[in-house]
Amino acid sequence: MIDRDEVLHVARLARLALSEEEIEQMARELSAISGYVAKIGELDLDGVPPTSHVVEVTGRLREDEPHECLPREVALEQAPDATGEGFLVPSPQA
Amino acid sequence: MLGLTASEAAEKIAGGELSAAELFAFYRERAAADRAAGAEGLNCFTWVAEENGSADGPLGGVPLAVKDLFCTEGVPSQSGSKILEGYRPPYTATAVQRLQGAGATLLAKTNQDEFAMGSSNENSAYGPVRNPWDRARVPGGSSGGSAAAVAAGLAPWALGTDTGGSIRQPAALCGIVGMKPTYGSVSRYGMIAFASSLDQAGPLTRDVRDAALLLSHMVGQDPCDATSLQLPEPLAVPSAERLDGVRIGVPGELTGEGIEAGVLEAFRAALEEAVSLGAEISEIALPHAPHGLSAYYVLAPAEASSNLARYDGVRYGLRAPEARDLLDMYTRTRHDGFGAEVKRRVMLGTYALSSGYYDAYYGRAQRVRTKIAEDFAAAFGHVDVIATPTAPTVAFALGEKTGDPLAMYLNDYCTVPMSLAGIPAISIPCGLSDGLPVGLQLAGPAFSENRLLDAAYALEQALGFDGSAARV
Repeated sequence: MIDRDEVLHVARLARLALSEEEIEQMARELSAISGYVAKIGELDLDGVPPTSHVVEVTGRLREDEPHECLPREVALEQAPDATGEGFLVPSPQA
Repeated sequence: MLGLTASEAAEKIAGGELSAAELFAFYRERAAADRAAGAEGLNCFTWVAEENGSADGPLGGVPLAVKDLFCTEGVPSQSGSKILEGYRPPYTATAVQRLQGAGATLLAKTNQDEFAMGSSNENSAYGPVRNPWDRARVPGGSSGGSAAAVAAGLAPWALGTDTGGSIRQPAALCGIVGMKPTYGSVSRYGMIAFASSLDQAGPLTRDVRDAALLLSHMVGQDPCDATSLQLPEPLAVPSAERLDGVRIGVPGELTGEGIEAGVLEAFRAALEEAVSLGAEISEIALPHAPHGLSAYYVLAPAEASSNLARYDGVRYGLRAPEARDLLDMYTRTRHDGFGAEVKRRVMLGTYALSSGYYDAYYGRAQRVRTKIAEDFAAAFGHVDVIATPTAPTVAFALGEKTGDPLAMYLNDYCTVPMSLAGIPAISIPCGLSDGLPVGLQLAGPAFSENRLLDAAYALEQALGFDGSAARV
């Protein structure tokens, strides 16, 4: 069961503001979904290694050569707010 | 022109019987009309090209519709989300670039579920897509716009992406062909990420030959994606007429409970057709496959919660106005910009990865993934191909499942196990149930694309499915 406090805790971790209505709904839905996925708790998985990548690939290192990257003005072009030098954001502590 | 497959059109262009400009104008007009019709149309597209980007190559200038989540330089790429409204990337995804290099021209960007999270295309910030077989029904998702556009003849072929079934399921619900290749065979560079260990691009096409042709120009190792790889053999255009000696395994776990009767009936009939072509059918076991959905709905949201952390109102997309401070700007931007399903999955994923729950959810799900991959490996010890229905039901009504996330997730029941194992799978239309298309899924071991395409082609020819009724 995921209650209101837990929803608020997770929302803080996820940097997500939720309306009152969303908090209630999220508690209900996350409880139902986590109850469903918890079925994997019934399986005996002792000694089974985890899989994070399905096809065997050994780490390939590319040649360490300099190459062109996006020009600064192009990288800044889509920003909601920018100076010519970087991204502009509100102060961390207002 | 509407009657031609993309391969046929490319041949006619190469032979001088058809001009690429004429073909582009024909499809551009059809796509633009759908876009102009808004909610009165199928709502397949989020952007339609004004001009033909002329191109030479084996794809002969045949126009291509591309799922919104592929970055296309200077062209809106919004992944179905309000948080990326109007975003025009400064570069193009490798898969799209390769296809353009081979002569495909960009026709349109297609509507999709927000960040590819959905099985009905009802989670798009740009409105739902309608199924051309019955406009009161969903096209499936998340590549719903791509599937509906190809089925309706608004695009000759399209690109999609598949994380847990997002190519195969909409292909099934719209009566077309959709293929998810082996994980890593197509570069993910420039694909707006959902769940990186599962996301894979692939074709949505009118027939199996088109799927083989399109895929053959997308695959290959890419320095920009460290998980991409080279297929051990080149993809060939399929030509098999028979299935002599092909051993097809049917898993009881994915062909019984939970699958609609009409779907099972069409599935069984397709298996009989396979037998008449010389295939040997046997029962196999995938004992952990029923747990695939649980594992998937831990792993995919967990990866999504991490991937979607980048939408913070700083570098691109939406920013909530009048923020008190930086944190307030982050949290309100994400509140305003994400839709309900994306919020749900970000929350679910963050929860599953949070302190105290990691082992019980994420750790266990990764172990289930191992068991599922082992089940497939064991099955492929004695069969060549595994067959299941692609989706448990035919296309359902718009709004029917939006109130119940778990009911919606069950759409992925038959497609998720292959995604977790990273193996290739193709969906081809195998018949109608109540006048709506049913998809047959064929899956093979990693790198068995040619074998799958051959089997799918032979069956397609024998089944003779006619999709022309869906064309507008």
